[in-house]
Order: sequence, then C-alpha cells, then structure tokens
Amino acid sequence: MKNAPELVCPAGTPAAMRTAVEAGADAVYCGFQNATNARNFPGLNFTPDEMEASVAGAHAAGTKVLLAVNTYPPAGKFDLWKDAVDLGARLGINAFIVADIGVADYIARTYPDIRLHLSVQAAASSPEAIRYYCREFGVKRVVLPRILTVPEIKQIKTEIPCEIETFIFGNHGLMVEGRCSLTNYVTGLSTNMDGVCSPAAEVQYLRDDDGSTTTKLAEFTIDCFSCTDTAGYPTICKGRYRAPHRDDSYYAFEEPISLNLSALLPDLIAAGVDAFKIEGRQRSRAYVRKVVAAFRTAVDDVMADRPPMLADLLALTEGHKQTEGAFKTKTWR
Amino acid sequence: MTQFAVRDTKAPSGFFANLPAPVLPLFLLQPLLRRVVRRIARENPGMFNRLGPHRSATYLIDPTNMPFRLLLRPDPENLMLRAVSRRSAPAFDAKIAGKFLDLLRLMDADEDGDALFFSRELEVTGNTEAVVCLRNALDDVDGSIAERVAGMFGAPGRASLSALRRAGDRAHEKSKDSL
Repeated sequence: MKNAPELVCPAGTPAAMRTAVEAGADAVYCGFQNATNARNFPGLNFTPDEMEASVAGAHAAGTKVLLAVNTYPPAGKFDLWKDAVDLGARLGINAFIVADIGVADYIARTYPDIRLHLSVQAAASSPEAIRYYCREFGVKRVVLPRILTVPEIKQIKTEIPCEIETFIFGNHGLMVEGRCSLTNYVTGLSTNMDGVCSPAAEVQYLRDDDGSTTTKLAEFTIDCFSCTDTAGYPTICKGRYRAPHRDDSYYAFEEPISLNLSALLPDLIAAGVDAFKIEGRQRSRAYVRKVVAAFRTAVDDVMADRPPMLADLLALTEGHKQTEGAFKTKTWR
Repeated sequence: MTQFAVRDTKAPSGFFANLPAPVLPLFLLQPLLRRVVRRIARENPGMFNRLGPHRSATYLIDPTNMPFRLLLRPDPENLMLRAVSRRSAPAFDAKIAGKFLDLLRLMDADEDGDALFFSRELEVTGNTEAVVCLRNALDDVDGSIAERVAGMFGAPGRASLSALRRAGDRAHEKSKDSL
C-alpha cells in the first residue's frame, strides 16, 4: 500500500498559515522576521508572538509546523540563528529546516528530539552528500534540488536512510541553491546570509512612454517588458541580457516560468517521495488557498486510485508559463 | 524617500468607461473615505507593524477605469485616504495601478497580486519596498476588507459589493477564456 505523501505548504503570514491549514495542508513552513530564513522580505514572516499563536492554531487543527532557519550565519552573527532555534523549540515546532552545518550541529546537540529537515538551500543532490547529513546530524528528510529526474529520485531513495521531499509547484529554482551570489554581486546583500534575493528596496519598475516597463535591480537593468509581454520576478537569473554572440536580448540563465508537477504526482509517489512542497511564502493568501486546495484534491485522488483532478493553476504561474523541468527531462529548455 | 509627481492623466477605460464621470463630487467622497480608513485602522492595529518605516509613505492607488484616484498614507497617527481628480498631480512615494475590479479582488483576498503583476494587469512604480510592505500588511488581515467596508453602509453597501463581485467574476471568467 502506498504511503500518503505529506503536503507541505507555504505560510508567509499568520493569515496565510490559517488559509493553508483550512485548505488542507498536512504541514506548513514559515520563518521569523529576520535573516534566519530564505524569504526575509519586508512585511513578511512572523513575530515571536505571532509564531506562538500560529503554532498553537496549526497544531489544534492537526497540522505540523516546520520552521525555516535555512540561511547561512556569517561569522560573529550565529546568535541570531541560535535564538531562532531556541524560540522555535520552545514554541513546539515539529521540525527545523536547515542548510548550514553549524546550525544543524547546534540543533542536533541541543534538541535531539526535534526533527531536522535538510533545506534545498543545502543543495544536497547525491546519495553521498545526503548520507553525510544523516550520519552527522541525524537529518530525517532531505528537500531535493529541482535538478533531478523522477528515475534519479527513485534511485536516490534506495540509497539514503531518510525521507525525500520534492517541490511540486512554484519557483523553478535551477540555480545551485545556497550558492547563488548574483544578488550579492549587484546589491551587496546576500541571498544566502541575509535571506533576500533581489531586495525590494533595490528594485525599480520604470514605465516608459510606450507603455513598456523596465525592471532595474540597483543600477542594473535586468529586463524590459513590452505591453504584450508577461512579466516575472525581478531576479537577475530571470533577466534578459545582450551578449556578443546574440543579436537580441535573451534569457541567459533561467526564464520566468513556474514548476508544476501535478501531472507527475503518481510517478513521484511511486518513486517513494514522502512529502510534496509548494513554494511561495512571499505569495498571497489567494495563491495559498488556490494552490493548496488544488494539490490537496490531486494527492487525495491519486491515493484513492482516482484519476487526479488537476485544477488550472496557469494564471498563478510566473510569466504565465509552467514546466515539469528536470523532473520530466534534463533537456526541458 | 523619493517622491514622484503624477504625469499621466489618461482617461478611464473598460468596464467603467461608460459611466457618467463622478456621480458624486469628490468633496462629498472625502468624509466617507476618512470613515472607511479609520475603521479599518481601528479594527486591524497589527497591520501597521508590517509596514515598518513605510507607514508614513504616500501611496497613489490608481483604479485605471475610474474617474478618480486615491491617495493613502497608512500612518495610524496621521491617517489619510482621499480621492483626487485625474487632473491633479499629487506627489507620491509609490503607485499601484490596475482595473478597479482587480483591485477589489485583491482587497477581497480573492486574487494574487503577483499573478496580476505577471499578467501586466497590475502596475507598480516608485518605492517597490513600500508596495511590498503594504501588500503583506493587507494580506495578513483575515477575511475581506471590502466586505467590512461594504458593511459600514448597511444593506445598500452589501448589495453594491455583491453586484461588483458578480461583475468582477464575469470579467475574470472572460479574461480566463481569452487566455
């Protein structure tokens, strides 16, 4: 008999957490209002008081709370991460999501009874790397980078002693996560240490007279959308650039497109995936409600051997485009 | 904080284009808007924390198919929400522009702001961080702000909101069909 995978859903605010719980999340993931998590966006995330009330509310509904402390502490600033972990443990969170080995070590030694999940920010994609984290820190689950095919995931599952979580919707995320320094190069702030990719304070949208919109990050122009173009997030990896070998500007790294694995759910379950993650703590309650409800229905259908009902989520995707990315084939682009 | 001056004075278009321009003179609208913003602020004091330093920012909310725009300063100590004519050029820190019904769906937590941005139906200019803070502050308010505002005006208010929502749903379905 198949084990039902856990549906792990984003919660950027207390209201979003309540929405995810009501929409059928098995677990929610969230973070504090500081650099300890990889969505340290202005006005987002939880104060300690909000976290306490939200954890209690989620637990009352039978939903687990996973705390993201998945950034990398710079030298001399470890106390911020230690305080976040201590507070999370005191509030009764069900698991920590970590990337840094120092943070993992602190949790493993101080709170050995609380589960450790290895964040995608650790970019552990080989059985050897994953086994290291399991052996040294007792990691119970790995969130795999979005660069593996379903057969590769199935093979990895046979070679590691922990659960596997895969993204099923949201950011396509092909950079080697936890290592990307593009934002740092342009703004001086680090995605991996400050928890913010393309800080909003450095983003400017300039409307041109012809109705097109130019996107700038700090002093760099990263894209220009004509009136008829769809848009994406203002990240360097999704910008269009000119290069000597091209006549036109083009997506040199990634393009604005979202991952949507709804059609691959049966294959992923058959491959032994233990949990499905929906990306998007920065998104609204409307996004959370629609996406969580759609995947709740689809997962339940698959588990009941019914053909999955796949809601149309295209309107919520970046650039109004979706892909199964590397999960389907490594030549997706 | 850099302030911008309004340059565009384009005429409204779309759903409301055929409505007679302001049925209500703006000076009659101002006390209603003051009442609305004070009520929302009183009922949701926690939302201001998410605005951080941007609570003193001036936001220009531009329902592009309405005959007026709105100026908002979400500072609990110095609240302001007032309608301004399309002919005026108020200074602002950040501007959010979109069709009236899309903005209503955002307030209703029925539409995702990023999705509207991706489809170019929502336009943001000026201080992007101020816009992100306002979006997150409003999104953390449980229930529907639009519903609470409508409730302030009793049965006629609620009936008007229902009619607007139906119009919004029809417009939404139509735009999905055309994708």
